[in-house]
Amino acid sequence: MSPAIQLTDVTTSYENNVVFTRLSLQIESGQFVGIVGPTGCGKTTLLKTILGAQTVFCGQVLLNGRPVESVSNKKIGYIPQLESVDWSFPVTVEDVIMMGLYTGRRFLPWQSKEERERVKDLAEKLGIYSCLRQHISHTSGGQRQRAFLARALISDPKLLVLDEPTSGVDIKTQHEVLHLLGDINSQGMTIILTTHDLNAVASHLPWVICFNNGIVAEGRPRDIFTNDILTKTYGSDIIIIKHGDYHLIANSTPLKFNHNT
Amino acid sequence: MQFFLEPLHYEFFRHGLIAAVLVGALCGLVGVHVVLRGMSYVGHGLSHAAFGGAVIGFVLNFNFYIGAGIMGLFAALLINQLTKNRKIKSDAAIGIVTTAIFALGVAVISQQRNLNKSLEAALFGNILGITDSDLMIIGLVTAATIIIMFLSYRPLLFATFDQETAQVFGIKTEALQLLFALILTLSVIVAINIVGVTMIAAALIMPAMTARMLTDRFGLMQLYSVIIGVMIGAGGMFLSYFFNIASGATIVLFGAAIFCFSVMVRHVRERIALQANFHRHGNLIHSHPLNSERHNHDHTIGANEDVKKRAHTDPPDTNR
Repeated sequence: MSPAIQLTDVTTSYENNVVFTRLSLQIESGQFVGIVGPTGCGKTTLLKTILGAQTVFCGQVLLNGRPVESVSNKKIGYIPQLESVDWSFPVTVEDVIMMGLYTGRRFLPWQSKEERERVKDLAEKLGIYSCLRQHISHTSGGQRQRAFLARALISDPKLLVLDEPTSGVDIKTQHEVLHLLGDINSQGMTIILTTHDLNAVASHLPWVICFNNGIVAEGRPRDIFTNDILTKTYGSDIIIIKHGDYHLIANSTPLKFNHNT
Repeated sequence: MQFFLEPLHYEFFRHGLIAAVLVGALCGLVGVHVVLRGMSYVGHGLSHAAFGGAVIGFVLNFNFYIGAGIMGLFAALLINQLTKNRKIKSDAAIGIVTTAIFALGVAVISQQRNLNKSLEAALFGNILGITDSDLMIIGLVTAATIIIMFLSYRPLLFATFDQETAQVFGIKTEALQLLFALILTLSVIVAINIVGVTMIAAALIMPAMTARMLTDRFGLMQLYSVIIGVMIGAGGMFLSYFFNIASGATIVLFGAAIFCFSVMVRHVRERIALQANFHRHGNLIHSHPLNSERHNHDHTIGANEDVKKRAHTDPPDTNR
């Protein structure tokens, strides 16, 4: 069986700057992978390359064994960084979820009965049924993330790609989102996400890629979250505190304040 | 009643009224996407490019629509192409391309002084000079736009909301962008005769922004925007007749007044919705979303400890 994603010797650039060269990566079907690395290291470009939305200068990107550019129905669910969303746009949670079905063959603007049922069922499963009719800006961070997750899932994708799904939400919502993704992954879906939250990755994800314009290391968090690898990835001293099964990652030089009062 | 029907006895008024209503509906429909895509400046720019094209076409003995159409479309495509380079922002591209074509038209006028009178209509609108063939062109463009936007409602909405994700989901966003540029250019050109180059941006934006004040749903916004566009066109024409003011200017001023009214309506509705939901439990003041389940209200002090624990200040559901 072909891997879900296979990049072979891929080179790409952004605004005339080479982001990564000769990158090779393989992600098997059903894997749950987190990509971590500093800001501007090419995480989003890597996701776009996988999605087929990035021009590749050389190398090959395969989705389930087929070149990504030749796959018309990629069966990919994508959730962009929510910071880029225009929250004042006149859409409800239901409208946002419905967009996931807008690539189908139906031309009529209104929803069919079947589409409405699918939206309701999925919203119930994700716990956002009660806010379906609410304007998207009137929902909490967790509900927004679930609404966009529902949009990505409604077309029954085989692969789910999320760009920083844990940014801008509190620790409880972060925990809920990652557990929800874990549940979805346990049903067989391949999931790739980027994040800046190393502690969340360490405690929730089975596989992680440390990235900085190329792959620094990949493996289970407990194996690759070492001082050496994280320092190499971030270019800054990072310490890891191990407590039982937990890993806590922190900057090694906390700021000291003089408290004279 | 007879008083209001009086202008309809004149053919020039009937023609103008039909044109204003059709263009109102057209601008209302297209304007929603213009506003939501943050392209308000594009309408203004394209009308200037179309004016430059009309002048050149006039000199070369072309029909107004052919000259304005070719140059307007050329400008739209050039802007689209230039903005692919991330260093050139869309407002800069619009400013350069459309002003250059407008300047070309002005340069031609300065050499052909006899054109001044005939092109004044394009600058300030000439709704009372609408001919049968003008009406036919406006009707065709409006009908074609309604059909295209009806059939591409879903991909257009997705691409307007989130172009990048829409592309990943398989929507041909580049083709859609070109299609929308074509629709916008044609809309601007047929609207030039009604409100003129100088006021076209307002005609495109006002119905959509007024509709935005009245609803938080995209589908309703489109419907309201078309209705408001028609109202502004028809209302402006009658006011123009009764007060003997230039039609284009009256339509724009009437639209501005309706927009101000809609802003006030929104403000009042939000305040009422907020106040209706605010209430007090002892020292605790809180509010519920409009459609949420209400909890028991025992207003004796100390009787609402469980309520206090659940206290929240969710924003009211203002969806309409």
